[in-house]
Amino acid sequence: MENILSSAGIMAGLGLLFGTVLALAYRFLRVPEDPRLEVIIDMLPGNNCGACGQPGCSAFAETLLDGGNLPSGCTVSNPEKIDEIAGFLGVDAGEQVKRVARLHCAGGLAQAKQVAAYSGFESCRAAAVTSGGGKGCSWGCLGLADCVRVCTFDALHMNTNGLPTVTTQKCTACGDCVEACPKDLFELLPMDQPLLVQCSIPLGGEEARALCTVACDACERCARYARPGLIEMKNNLPVIDYVHYEGPECPEATFRCPTGAIQWVVEDQFEDSEPANRGGHVERL
Amino acid sequence: MAPENWISTFRHGVHPDEHKEGTESLPIERVPFVESYILPLGQHIGAPSVPVVKPKDRVQRGQLIAKPGGFVSTALHSPVTGHVTALANRRNAMGDLVPCILLEADPYATQRFEPRAPVDWRALSSKEFVDQTQMAGLVGMGGAAFPSHVKYVPQEGKPVRFLVVNGCECEPYLTCDHRVMVERSDRVVRGIEILATKLGAEKTVIGVEQNKEDAIEVLQAAAAGAPVPVEVAALKVKYPQGSEKMLIDAVFKTEVPAGKLPLDVGMVVNNVATIAALADWFDHGRPLIDRVLTVSGPAVSRPANLQVPLGTPVRAVLEYCGGLKSETRQVVMGGPMMGSPLSSLDVPVVKGTSGLLAFTDADVFDGDTYTCVKCGRCLDACPNFLNPCMLAKLARAGRIESMDEFYASDCTFCGSCSWACPSGIPISQLIKVARSAMAQRKRKEVRQ
Repeated sequence: MENILSSAGIMAGLGLLFGTVLALAYRFLRVPEDPRLEVIIDMLPGNNCGACGQPGCSAFAETLLDGGNLPSGCTVSNPEKIDEIAGFLGVDAGEQVKRVARLHCAGGLAQAKQVAAYSGFESCRAAAVTSGGGKGCSWGCLGLADCVRVCTFDALHMNTNGLPTVTTQKCTACGDCVEACPKDLFELLPMDQPLLVQCSIPLGGEEARALCTVACDACERCARYARPGLIEMKNNLPVIDYVHYEGPECPEATFRCPTGAIQWVVEDQFEDSEPANRGGHVERL
Repeated sequence: MAPENWISTFRHGVHPDEHKEGTESLPIERVPFVESYILPLGQHIGAPSVPVVKPKDRVQRGQLIAKPGGFVSTALHSPVTGHVTALANRRNAMGDLVPCILLEADPYATQRFEPRAPVDWRALSSKEFVDQTQMAGLVGMGGAAFPSHVKYVPQEGKPVRFLVVNGCECEPYLTCDHRVMVERSDRVVRGIEILATKLGAEKTVIGVEQNKEDAIEVLQAAAAGAPVPVEVAALKVKYPQGSEKMLIDAVFKTEVPAGKLPLDVGMVVNNVATIAALADWFDHGRPLIDRVLTVSGPAVSRPANLQVPLGTPVRAVLEYCGGLKSETRQVVMGGPMMGSPLSSLDVPVVKGTSGLLAFTDADVFDGDTYTCVKCGRCLDACPNFLNPCMLAKLARAGRIESMDEFYASDCTFCGSCSWACPSGIPISQLIKVARSAMAQRKRKEVRQ
């Protein structure tokens, strides 16, 4: 009987001791957490997509509180939600241009030359390691939908021309497709400059045109007709300066393109079931 | 204690059908010269060669046309007398457009190779010897095309004890090394004499699989008269015995540790064809301008062992063999286990092309793949003692970071696991695809 009492007593004493330590620690060592954090996390989309550059929504909410980011840093959320967060925090919503994934290739089944048929498991990367797939162009889209499989936002699907189409409204610019593409064809680009080079062939002239009807043959007309500072020719391809160029949107560069490799893309990149436009046609101007 | 009739081999591995009967007794034929040649500058592992000719230059057969672009790189010589038409991009067997030297043969010129006086190789220092072999354009002709001279560089604290000559030719269908051993055993033994002396090797072992009885006999007779100790080791027929590390395991029962080279265990391994080419260079000044390859497979009209000048388009080689049958589905460059299917027949024969195999619809596996039943056959097949089904599972799930924990980097893509898999899972290809994704990720990290 005595044993039971003494052990119960020791346990109770220990409990009391630790309880006191914990209570004191809570009293003196507490780090106050901003009560707004939880509210903001609730307001964010909760996708944890990482498009803002933070590892997830709660990390982004923390940077909102310490002023490291503005609410518009979240490109996935809609403008009303962004304004709501800005109002709640009493900060400026900021301006953030929506970015989307764009494909630097327009050589679908109807445009690019096929030299062989790939048979094996359905994966662009597998085709790429097996003598480069069946396409004549070694740099173009292989059309086996690796990007579609990794997209968690249902923003990508293959069109009937064998090219992945990005639904700009659903695209969160998370960059998963950029990682997945074995040919490095995707790039996250701002939507406010609709100029887009839809080709990645580092060849010029006949060599490029022999591979694909919408290939860039490095004639440099776009660079000459564009406003100064916007386009530079690098490695037989026009490179558009999206970062430093601060002028207005300007479609001149597309006017004289003989193959249609440079395009004016306002919304989705490819019309479904339609082959890419040819001959510098300008749409929605 | 090993039984009396014990035959050396390595552990694990597979036994695919050999299919060598169609070509193993056919003597090597020479392919006539064609009009135009395509010589990619990167026919080997390492930095591409640097052209030393320009368009419209006249070139002699055997003349240097591209010099090494670095240490792990090698020279390139003209396979024909003619002129350079252009330096342009052409498709290689991997499907990439790569810089090439385009040559046109002169139909009125003699294509005779003018031999040079023999080099006094005994007088060369080891550095001069390495430079000489680099300028000969020698690469490993078993298929990997690794520049041979890199293996001959003496390294501090790593003396060469044995020279291992690889005559296994474990890939099905291929018989080109077999014919080289039978018909050019004197060149092989002469090459061994030069190389073993220069490397200071105690002994040379030629590893030959038992299915090449005539080659073993001929080599044994030739080895008996060699001035350096040469032994012919008959090995059990098993795939992938011709892989460097497997061969060392089979002959010496020595394991080359993961990530190490044969030189770390005091050995240098060379293919028989490379050794023969080395002898040609030091005796006659003849660089690597052609190679022996096997054209075979069910879709080829007339299978043959051919001596083909480098740069000959695959189409011309197949036409010489009577063309392809109408039901041809696939043409593979290299052996059926490790070779790569071609996406175009206009690619050239390069230094590492050991065979051209054509298959019909019936031979190409089109069946469904089923889920892994965890039977473990791939584990028993893998000569590197990896866990292929686990690697395939991780590759399929996209967890390529975790693949390093299962030693994905030790995989040599021999294809034994895919061959052994009863569910038809393309294990080797899955691992290869994941490794390519890994490499791309690393390239991106370096760029950032």
